[in-house]
Amino acid sequence: MKAGGSISIWFFIGLSLLVNGALILAAGLYEFLHPPEYPVVLYHLHASTWWGAILLAIGIVYCYYFAPGRPKSGKER
Amino acid sequence: MSFAVAVLANSQQLVHLSTIDLVIVVFYFALVLAIGWYLKQQANTSEDFFLAGREMTAWVAGLSFLSANLGALELMGWAAASYQYGILAAHWYWIGAIPAMLFLGIVMMPFYYISKTHSVPGYLELRFGESSRALSAISFAFMTVLMSGINMYSMALVMKVVLGWDIHFSIWISSITVAVYVALGGLRSAIFNEVLQFVLIWAGALLIPILGLIEAGGWSGLQAKIAQNASSEYTHLWGTLGSFTGNPMGVHWTGIVFGLGAILSFGYWTTDFLVVQRVLAAKDLRSAKMAPIIGAAFKMFVPFIVILPGILGLVLLPVKLTGEATAVATNGHSYNEVLPLMLARYCGPGLLGLGITALIAGFMSGMAGNVSAFATVWTYDIYGALMNKKATDQQYVRMGRWCTILGVLISIGTAYLVMQFQSIMDYVQALFSFFIAPLFGTVLLGMLWRRATSAGGFWGLLAGTMSSIGMWAWVKVDPTALRYVALSPNARDMAENLYRALWSWIVCVVVTVIVSLMTRAKPVEELNGLVYGVTDIPSEGQVAIYKRPLFWAAVVVVIFFILNIIFW
Repeated sequence: MKAGGSISIWFFIGLSLLVNGALILAAGLYEFLHPPEYPVVLYHLHASTWWGAILLAIGIVYCYYFAPGRPKSGKER
Repeated sequence: MSFAVAVLANSQQLVHLSTIDLVIVVFYFALVLAIGWYLKQQANTSEDFFLAGREMTAWVAGLSFLSANLGALELMGWAAASYQYGILAAHWYWIGAIPAMLFLGIVMMPFYYISKTHSVPGYLELRFGESSRALSAISFAFMTVLMSGINMYSMALVMKVVLGWDIHFSIWISSITVAVYVALGGLRSAIFNEVLQFVLIWAGALLIPILGLIEAGGWSGLQAKIAQNASSEYTHLWGTLGSFTGNPMGVHWTGIVFGLGAILSFGYWTTDFLVVQRVLAAKDLRSAKMAPIIGAAFKMFVPFIVILPGILGLVLLPVKLTGEATAVATNGHSYNEVLPLMLARYCGPGLLGLGITALIAGFMSGMAGNVSAFATVWTYDIYGALMNKKATDQQYVRMGRWCTILGVLISIGTAYLVMQFQSIMDYVQALFSFFIAPLFGTVLLGMLWRRATSAGGFWGLLAGTMSSIGMWAWVKVDPTALRYVALSPNARDMAENLYRALWSWIVCVVVTVIVSLMTRAKPVEELNGLVYGVTDIPSEGQVAIYKRPLFWAAVVVVIFFILNIIFW
C-alpha cells in the first residue's frame, strides 16, 4: 500500500524500527559498558543490545526496500 | 523535552523513564502526526476520507482490522485476567475470535463489500429500511464515543499509576494527537497509524514472554511453578470447564462455546463497525475476504504477548497482586498492573520506552478506531440520512472532519464525567453490550434468509436489545436471578454476560422470524447484492490454491484446533 503516491506505509514502519532500534541498541551498549547499580532481572542476557540490533536491522531493510522513489519490483507495496 | 520531564515527574509511580525512554515516546508522537499531515493531501473526497479510497491491500486492512481491537486496555485487561483466571482468558482470543473472523471473511464480507455500503447501519438500511438503520446508527454512534471516553479515562489512570503522569496531561495530549491525525487524513491516516501501532505493540511487548519463559525454565518449568504456587487449573483451557465450580472463572463450557464463541464474538467481529470499517477499505473483494483471515492468523498469537505475561507474573513476581479495591486499601498492586510490572522487571532504558510506547500506541489505535467509526456513522447514517439528504461530497468530508473533533471532545467529556462518577463506567459498558448480540442476529438473518422483512428486522433488533436490558436489570435488582439467566447459582459475572448475549440473540432471531412470516417480503430482485442465494458473488477465477481465501482460512482453522488441543 502506498501513500500519497510515493511513500509506502512500510517505509514509515521501517523508519520507526530503525530509530527505535538505534536508540535501544545505544542504550544497551551504554549499559554494557557502564553496568547499572540496580540491574533488571536477566540483565546478563543484555536484551537491550540484541533486541535493539534486531529492530535496527529490520528497520534498515524496510527503509531501503520501501524507500520513496526506489524502482518497484512489480509486487504490490 | 524539559517540559515533558517536568510534567511527568512524580515519585508515586511504578516505573521511572529515562531520557532515552522519553525520546522514544516523543518520537512516536512526532511520527504519527507526520503521517497524518502527509496523508492530508489524500483525503479530498468522501470515499477517501471515510473508506481510505477503498485501496488498502489485504495485509494493511487485515493488520488494521486487528489493531483497532488491540487497545492498551485490551492488552492490560486480559493480562490481568490471565493473572486471575490463568489460560482460560485465552478463550477470548481463540474460540472468542477466530471462528467469527473467518466467518466474516468467507461468508459475510462479500455482502458488505458488494453492496458498496459505507457502514454496517448502511447495510441495514439497504436490507431492512430506514428504521433499522436509525436504531442501529444512533445507538452505535453514541455508545462508541462514550466507550472511547471510558477507555481514555482508564488509560490516563493507568499512566498515572504506572508513570506518575498527570491525568489531565495524558487525556489531552493523546486526544489532541488522535484528533489531529484522524481529522487530517481520515480513515487512511487511522489505518496507517494502526498498522504502525500494531508493529510497535509486538516490538515492545514480545520480549516479556521470551524473557519470562527463560526465567521460568520454559513452559514445563512454568507449569510446575503454577502447580506449586497456585493450581494446575490455571494451565488448562477446556479440561476444567465441565462445571461452574471447577475453574477459577466460574463458567461452564456451554457458556464459552455458545455464549462467547457463537454469539458474542460473532456479534463483535462481524457487526461492530469499529472493526468492519477497516475491511471495507480493502481494494477488492479478494483482499476484503483475506483481511479478516490475516487478522485471525495474527490474533491466534496475541495470547503470547498478553496471556502468557499474566500467567508468568503469577509465579515470577515477588508481590501478590489483588483486586483494585484491596490494592488501594493496602497500598499494594492490582491485577491490572501485571503487564507494566513485568515490563519493569525485564526492560532497562530504551526497552522500557518502547514498551510504554506500545501501551500508548495501543490506546491511540483503539481511540482512533472509535472516532473514525463514529465520524462515518454520524456523517452517513445520521447527518446524510436524517438531516441533510442532499449533502454534497464536500459537505460529507467537512462533516467528517468536524465529527472527528466532536467525537474526541465528547470522549474527553465522558472521561471527565467518569472521573467524577465512576459507576457510569459499568453502566455504559453494559449498555454497549446490549446491542452486540441482537445486531448479529439481525445482520445474519438479513444476509442468509431472503424471507426476512423490514418489519421483522426492526422488531427483532428492538426486542433482542430490550430483552438484554431487561435481563441485566433483573439481575441488578435481584442477584438471585442469575440462576435463571446463567443457568446456575454458581455462575459469576463473566458467565452472566455470555448467557445474556445468547438469550438476547435467540429473542432477536425468534421475533425476526415470527414478524417476517407475518409481513410481506421484499421482491427478490430488490435483494440482489444483499442476500445469500440471490446475489452473484464474483468468481475468484483460475487462481492458485494458495491465493484463495478459503485455503488460508482452512490453514488458520487447523492451527486453531492444534492450539486448543495442546492447551486442553
